[in-house]
Amino acid sequence: MTGERLFQGADWDFPTLQRIHDACEEIAESELGLNVYPNQIEVITAEQMLDAYCSVGMPLFYKHWSFGKHFAYQQASYRKGLMGLAYEIVINSSPCISYLMEENTATMQTLVIAHAAFGHNHFFKNNYLFKQWTDADGILDYLEFAKTYVAQCEERHGRLAVEQTLDAAHALMSHGINRYPGKKLPDLRVEEKRAQYRRQHEESVFNDLWRTIPTGPVKSVATLSADRRRALLGLPQENILYFLEKTAPRLAPWQRELLRIVRHIAQYFYPQSQTKVMNEGTATYVHYRIMNRLHLQGQLSDGNFLEFLSSHTNVVFQPDFDSKYFSGFNPYALGFAMMQDIERIVTNPEDEDREWFPDIAGKGDTMGVLRDVWANYRDESFISQFLSPRLMRHFRMFHLHDDPAETAGIRVDAIHDERGYRRVRRALSRSYDVGFIDANIEVVDVDLAGDRHLMLRHTVLNGAQLNDTDAKRVLQHLADLWTYNVSLVEVDATGKVLKEYVANPRGLAAVA
Amino acid sequence: MVAIHIVDRRLNPGSKSLENRQRFLRRAKALVQQAVKKTSHDRDIKDVLEGGEVSIPLDGMDEPRFRREGGTRDMILPGNKKFIEGDILPRSGGSGGKAGGAGEGDSEDAFRFVLSREEFVDLFLDDLELPDLAKRKLAEVESEGIRRAGYATSGSPANISISRTVSRAMARRVALRRPKPEEIAALEAELLICGDEARRAELLAEIETLKAKAKRIPFIDPIDIRYRRFETTPKPIAQAVMFCLMDVSGSMTEHMKDLAKRFYTLLYVFLKRRYRHVEIVFIRHTDRAEEVDEDTFFHGPASGGTLVSSALQEMHEIVRSRFRPADWNIYAAQASDGDNSTSDGEVAGRLLTEKILPVSQFFAYLEVGQDAGLTFEMPDSSLWTLYERLRLAGAPLSMRKVCERSEIFPVFHDLFQRRVRQERAP
Repeated sequence: MTGERLFQGADWDFPTLQRIHDACEEIAESELGLNVYPNQIEVITAEQMLDAYCSVGMPLFYKHWSFGKHFAYQQASYRKGLMGLAYEIVINSSPCISYLMEENTATMQTLVIAHAAFGHNHFFKNNYLFKQWTDADGILDYLEFAKTYVAQCEERHGRLAVEQTLDAAHALMSHGINRYPGKKLPDLRVEEKRAQYRRQHEESVFNDLWRTIPTGPVKSVATLSADRRRALLGLPQENILYFLEKTAPRLAPWQRELLRIVRHIAQYFYPQSQTKVMNEGTATYVHYRIMNRLHLQGQLSDGNFLEFLSSHTNVVFQPDFDSKYFSGFNPYALGFAMMQDIERIVTNPEDEDREWFPDIAGKGDTMGVLRDVWANYRDESFISQFLSPRLMRHFRMFHLHDDPAETAGIRVDAIHDERGYRRVRRALSRSYDVGFIDANIEVVDVDLAGDRHLMLRHTVLNGAQLNDTDAKRVLQHLADLWTYNVSLVEVDATGKVLKEYVANPRGLAAVA
Repeated sequence: MVAIHIVDRRLNPGSKSLENRQRFLRRAKALVQQAVKKTSHDRDIKDVLEGGEVSIPLDGMDEPRFRREGGTRDMILPGNKKFIEGDILPRSGGSGGKAGGAGEGDSEDAFRFVLSREEFVDLFLDDLELPDLAKRKLAEVESEGIRRAGYATSGSPANISISRTVSRAMARRVALRRPKPEEIAALEAELLICGDEARRAELLAEIETLKAKAKRIPFIDPIDIRYRRFETTPKPIAQAVMFCLMDVSGSMTEHMKDLAKRFYTLLYVFLKRRYRHVEIVFIRHTDRAEEVDEDTFFHGPASGGTLVSSALQEMHEIVRSRFRPADWNIYAAQASDGDNSTSDGEVAGRLLTEKILPVSQFFAYLEVGQDAGLTFEMPDSSLWTLYERLRLAGAPLSMRKVCERSEIFPVFHDLFQRRVRQERAP
């Protein structure tokens, strides 16, 4: 028992932060067995927090008007008091950077350090998705490179041309992701070096004479079979940005590099979108454990602990579906409840739990089980494995099935009862599955030797088609990058064509 | 133990998003400009300067993504109270939650955000310019911050110029032939393998000398150190006074006063942007003139006949007593419905050409008319005729007629737009 209070009242200074960090670290390592990146804690002002919001939370980012738009929007709603700011932002990098707001009280700083610098940090370092898809060591350097590169491109090729390329790339960002891991782990430092090397190589082998050499009459192209042609191009390809970067016939090298940058960044954020519930659940569980321990050890006064409990309760509040505050499941609430539930199952199971979770029920080693869960699951698999009947009853979950063809109304498909547990759990898990959330759009064919018409296919799932206006606009951007006609067909599971879009490239004279 | 760094970023320059914001504004310039003009219609004189919220349609500012909508949907919701499996809920409001993917980026919504004061005024007065800015008198001196002014041999440690210091140190070391560490190291290495006694002694002596010399000639000497020097620069500021003259006799309706007010607003904002100090003098007149405050000027009741010369006389008095033309840029704007007693024309004309115009940078006359196109067909008013005559005789007067609110900005714009030669003709 270290009875010494970490701080008194609400004020803090830098030595206090250091003490808080050390106390949290002690508990995180000895009691929870967490394995974290080195921490870097940065204290920032509200204004800087707003700044960070608008460059997707990253400390540095290339310049683009759309970030300015978000900034203007967020600043307006912040000023009107419509929106509070987050207490912290944490970045998946090594060292792991946590931004703390200067306005936080000492208790809040403790909460935030426990939450971000240990909870999130551990998750970033150990979860398989982050290991597979992100390069925490290289990300900051890569962003620095991206920023400089974009700025250089603007100098060389004009702001307008760069902006147009980035606009188009952003529109396709959600389709610039590799969903299946390759053999290589991402290494952004090498990536940056390669980009430099490519440029140097191009410059060193440049010889204007090649342009003047007459080419003979066009050799007859061996006509490839359509299948062979597609196979050579790696089609079908769902990573549209990748396909454009490698195959688009008339892009300048710097444009390809820009696509590549946008693609890498999209990939970097890909795990975060798949682990919201787990990530927040982990961090909330960790801060809850640490804060409780600090209080038990007398390092946190009762008053401060009550302050913590009050904000903790707000964070994990889950409004009912008919409440006016409802906006879907709160990832903090669901994640935290599931982590606590696992703790209960491991230490104090009931018969039902033994039946549902034979592997972990009564195993006794809470942290061992949780660390394993945190390392090896994502939201979808986590929920489908560990959502217990008890928790479904606790949240009183029910499953609605909304079929537009059904005129009578929306059907309640399952509720939190014996018959419904599995179906509710499956449906909830599915709603976190990126495979179901994102539209399944693939590049299916292009005849590079012919008219170079690029064909895409959207395989419609559950009758959900693309929003018409947005699809046209995105397709327009795509056509501008491709510089030839682009078409997109929406096909249902039976192969029936539901809708077809065609876009012609606009003259991108500024780019050429 | 894991290493930890605590960094205080609060003092880092803020507004990292400023450039992105400017890019956004540039992209939306036409839309924002429209919105700004619209917003400024219903604001008070000084409020216009405060910036504020504008709302623009999101045309061309959208960020499209492939989004799916419609189809069959499955939802899991918390908080079941009475439903059991197989229940059918009527569609209207049955689902409780919000339907559809209405989000922040919805393109139909207008986009609201706050413009800062500078942004607002910049967009508001884009491409206008003041005539005759020539008279810049050093009336008041104000220190305008600091600027770099070379290097100094003394200063605060925070201001040490490392590059300058190091390069001076290097020059000194080279000039004084300070032995390099490598030289000594080479000799010492040789000493190690050297067997010959005499040579050893020689080497030892040499190393000794070199070391002593290196000690005498320090790597960085206090005389090398240079500090960046800053000095405060006083910057002259020009000042301006703006006279608002208005006829408040019975024939001036609220509508006319409103038009006048809008014009003054614009002029004030515009001057404020060019001059650090702008004073406003409000002079209202019926058959006699008085200097009043803004509220009385626009709203105070008054009645009587109309003698324009009284206002001009008052302005002349005020200029003489308080605003030396040598120190002040004098701008005047007169608003009236054009009535003037016929006998006054001669006096007013003389006052204007002999006393007022010679000291003013700019004199604008704004004739405000009734709403609707009624005044359109009317003959020129007595005041208009008088000023028109003066103008044709070469007096530097600007004059415009305004009947409707919507004309105010175009008229203002027209008066101040950037042109190659300043010509003053309607």
